[in-house]
Amino acid sequence: MSNDVLVHVRNVEKRFRRGSEDIHVLSGLSLEVPRGEFLALMGPSGSGKTTLLNLIGGLDRPTGGSVEIEGERIDGFSDRKLAAWRARHVGLVFQMYNLLPVLTAERNVDLPLLLTHLSRQERRRHVEAALAVVGLSHRARHFPRQMSGGEQQRVGIARAIVTDPTLLLCDEPTGDLDRKAGDEILDLLQVLNREQGKTIVMVTHDPHASARASRTVHLNKGQLSTEAVP
Amino acid sequence: MNWLVQVVEVTGFALQTLLTRKGASAATVIGIAGVVAVLVGVLSIGQGFRKAMTVSATPDSVIVLRSGADSEMMSGLSRDETRVIADAPGVARGASGAAVSAELFVVIDLPKRSTGTDANVPLRGVEAGAFEVRRNLEIVQGRNFEPGKNEVIVGAGAAVEFAGLDLGKTLRVGQNDWLVVGIFTAEGGIAESEIWTDAGVLQPAYRREDSFQVVYARLTSPEAFDAFKDALTTDPRVNVKVLRQTDYYADQSSTVYNMITGLGTLIASLMGLGALFGALNTMYTAVSSRTREIATLRALGFRASPVVFSVMIESMVLAFLGGGIGSAGAYFAFDGFRAATMNWQSFSQVAFAFEVSPSLLLQGMLYAAGIGLVGGLFPAIRAARLPISVALREL
Repeated sequence: MSNDVLVHVRNVEKRFRRGSEDIHVLSGLSLEVPRGEFLALMGPSGSGKTTLLNLIGGLDRPTGGSVEIEGERIDGFSDRKLAAWRARHVGLVFQMYNLLPVLTAERNVDLPLLLTHLSRQERRRHVEAALAVVGLSHRARHFPRQMSGGEQQRVGIARAIVTDPTLLLCDEPTGDLDRKAGDEILDLLQVLNREQGKTIVMVTHDPHASARASRTVHLNKGQLSTEAVP
Repeated sequence: MNWLVQVVEVTGFALQTLLTRKGASAATVIGIAGVVAVLVGVLSIGQGFRKAMTVSATPDSVIVLRSGADSEMMSGLSRDETRVIADAPGVARGASGAAVSAELFVVIDLPKRSTGTDANVPLRGVEAGAFEVRRNLEIVQGRNFEPGKNEVIVGAGAAVEFAGLDLGKTLRVGQNDWLVVGIFTAEGGIAESEIWTDAGVLQPAYRREDSFQVVYARLTSPEAFDAFKDALTTDPRVNVKVLRQTDYYADQSSTVYNMITGLGTLIASLMGLGALFGALNTMYTAVSSRTREIATLRALGFRASPVVFSVMIESMVLAFLGGGIGSAGAYFAFDGFRAATMNWQSFSQVAFAFEVSPSLLLQGMLYAAGIGLVGGLFPAIRAARLPISVALREL
């Protein structure tokens, strides 16, 4: 395996059981993501994009095959080990931002740092830096309800990068934003990719968004497809 | 970060969201408060009744009944027997003589002030030593009765509960008139439910000749009991049974106490079931409304067990709030509330005050905690078991 490959997905299968029926979401899918890449995962609804993202992020386990990140197989980890691994290696950006409404922007960004051994002062420095990166230092004390969708998503990105994770996983990060706010988010992701070297895997429906990625792969019916599927 | 800090943080977020769920949280708190108030309120009746029955009894005071009798009503002693009892070893002596009183006990009908219905009220004939035996007795209005006269003194509880027992009033019982010359207290004890007069006057009024029903005595110490009892139970001149007053009154109050406590527990259990479903509903709603929030925390790396604990703690906080409000409400509404009820073992009314004791409040809080614990457990398990990837998709 090349040292440049950060994410190595091998022949993964994912089945869900609904009643007596087995639903195959991913069937023998393999994928490599080199370190520093900005990869877009595209495909129609139900194609398995988010499921694949969840497997890479350790939010779910494959039914078959393996998921290796930085040479470490994570599909066999216990729940506890997987939780600790996610906290250390993965930054997550959600379509609906998933901020805690009762916390200010800075306390939302601080959340992943609560899982580290950093002192309060060190945490504060990290939070300030992350908010500065996303251009929201002036909104640190604001609650999510006091911010626009674009601003909330930028807080979400600050929360994702505050621990300096290996991998940034974004699930439809512009899906709930207008074009202008979406472009700002994509600009930000590009900056993080190019200037900070973050490896990004982004699920999107939007060709405009995928155009910002360095590579786009298409999924159809749980398998990689060379062609874009409408 | 250690597990405990995760619990503290996750619980902190949960409690902050409580205010955003005011309606459901308030409904649970009020439901639990109602259950606890009823539990504590009903049990305070039993507690108050038992206290009234036992508060006056001290370990050094004894009661002597005819052998085989379970209560004063069923007992009978001759003058000679009471003399033997008075001379038994260990009887204490006070300023006004031996602390021993041969007594008779009749039941008269008097209307309750609250309902106007007739109720059985004990009229007790006592000897001078009665005041040496029950040293907590205090005349608070008027004076003591004079021996040989148709005069009575009335317990403060009876004076409040039954009509015609005011100071200076004349009480007509059968063919006799009795003048109320005093009101007495006995630290809330059973004697406060009674009317007292001179035994020597009551005997002819009820054609009891020279017989009594019971002898009350105070011993020099609680340790003197065995010698006193042995002396009497081995004396061929008397056929008696000797009991400590503490044991006698505990036994006398057991039927009513057990009935009230059983009834209270049954009512509270049924209501508790309702409150439990209320708490379950609230916590399921809380977990459901926070599903994505909880999933986000777990996605970020928080473990499942702190989430379980946070839901449990939130449920317990609501339960303790409800328990506290219910206990406080019960205390202010019921503590000291005066009532009278029939003691089935003496067929007479006992006036007593509801007693919301600290142990009862603790019992109420523990009950609330139980509701909170069970009410939070299943929603907490649901919150922890829901796969993150599924929960993240929920709105």
